[in-house]
Amino acid sequence: MSRLKLFVPVIGFFALALLLWRGLYLNTRELPSVLIDKPLPQFEIETVLGSQLVTNQDLPDKIFLLNVWGSYCLPCLVEHPTLMRLSEAGEIPVVGVNYRDRQKLAIDWLDVNGNPFSFSLLDEDGRLGIDLGVYGAPETFLIDRNGVIRYRHVSVLDENIWREIFEPAIAELRAEQVGL
Amino acid sequence: MKKLQLLMLLLCFVGSFSLVAQIDTFQFDTDEQQQRFRRLSDELRCPMCQNTNLTGSTGGVAEDLRREVHRMIIEGWTDAEIEQFMFDRYGDFIFYRPRLRAETVLLWFGPLIFLLIGAWMAFGILRKARIVDQAELDLDPTQQQQLQDLLEKMNPH
Repeated sequence: MSRLKLFVPVIGFFALALLLWRGLYLNTRELPSVLIDKPLPQFEIETVLGSQLVTNQDLPDKIFLLNVWGSYCLPCLVEHPTLMRLSEAGEIPVVGVNYRDRQKLAIDWLDVNGNPFSFSLLDEDGRLGIDLGVYGAPETFLIDRNGVIRYRHVSVLDENIWREIFEPAIAELRAEQVGL
Repeated sequence: MKKLQLLMLLLCFVGSFSLVAQIDTFQFDTDEQQQRFRRLSDELRCPMCQNTNLTGSTGGVAEDLRREVHRMIIEGWTDAEIEQFMFDRYGDFIFYRPRLRAETVLLWFGPLIFLLIGAWMAFGILRKARIVDQAELDLDPTQQQQLQDLLEKMNPH
C-alpha cells in the first residue's frame, strides 16, 4: 500500500501535465456563444444595397446562414468563393451583416467581388454585432426555420468547414424539423 | 550621463503617448457616473483582444462596448443591469471576475484545491521528517555507552 502511495505524486504530475498539454492546443479565440438556441435579436436596420428598412420578418423562413463581413476583412475574401457557390447553387440562403464598415466601401466590395447575400444588414456602428455577441468578422451563424441560432462559427468558413461542420449540422436540423 | 538623461526624457514621452491613445471623449453628468464607467470598463474584458480590458483596448468591438456602457450609464441603467446585458451577449468571458456558477466553480476554487493538496503534502513530509529526526536522536544502549565514553575522554575530571 505504501509502495503505491509513492506513485501518487508521479501520477498527479502526469495528470496535470496532460491537462495543460491539452490546454496548449485549445483554440482560445473561439469563445463559446451564449446565444446558441436563442432567437435572433430583434432588429430594424437598413440594407447595404438600396438602404431599405428590414426587420426579422424579412429573413428567410427556412434554414439560412447569417454571415458577418466587412470590406476591410481579408479572411472574408477567403471564404467568399464558398459563400458564392452556396448561394448560386441555391444550397442555402445567405444573409449578410456588414459589420463596422462604411456603406460605400461595402457596396464597392460587393461590386468587385460579387454578392452572395440575399441582402446585407448595414451595421455601421456595430450595434447589431453586440446583440449577436460578435467580436470580429468573419463569423457565421446557422439559423433554423424559426429564427433560432443553432450554431456559430468564428473565422473563415471554407469548403472543409462547410463539409465537416455545417453539412452535418444542417442535416440534423432538417431531420429534426421533419420530425415535428 | 547626458545620454541617459535624454533617454529618460524620451521614455517619458513614450509613456504619455500610449496613455493618450486610449482616452475616449465621453461626457458624463456627474463624477459618480464617470467613476462607474471607469470601473466597468476596467472590469469588462475585450472579447477580441482577450488579454486587455475595455479601457486598454483599441479593438473595434471594445470601442463599441465602451460606447454602449456610456449610453447605458447616461440612460440610468444600474451596474447589475449593464453586467447582465454583457453576460447575455458574451457570456462569462466578458468578466475579468466571472460569476460564481456551476461552470466557473473550478475557476474560482481550483487554486484553493491545489493549495490544500500542496499543504497536505507539505504537512505529511514535515511530519515524516520529524519522526525520522526523533528516531535519529534516540540512541540505543551501546551508542549511549559510546557517547558516555567519549564525553569522559574529553573531560577526564
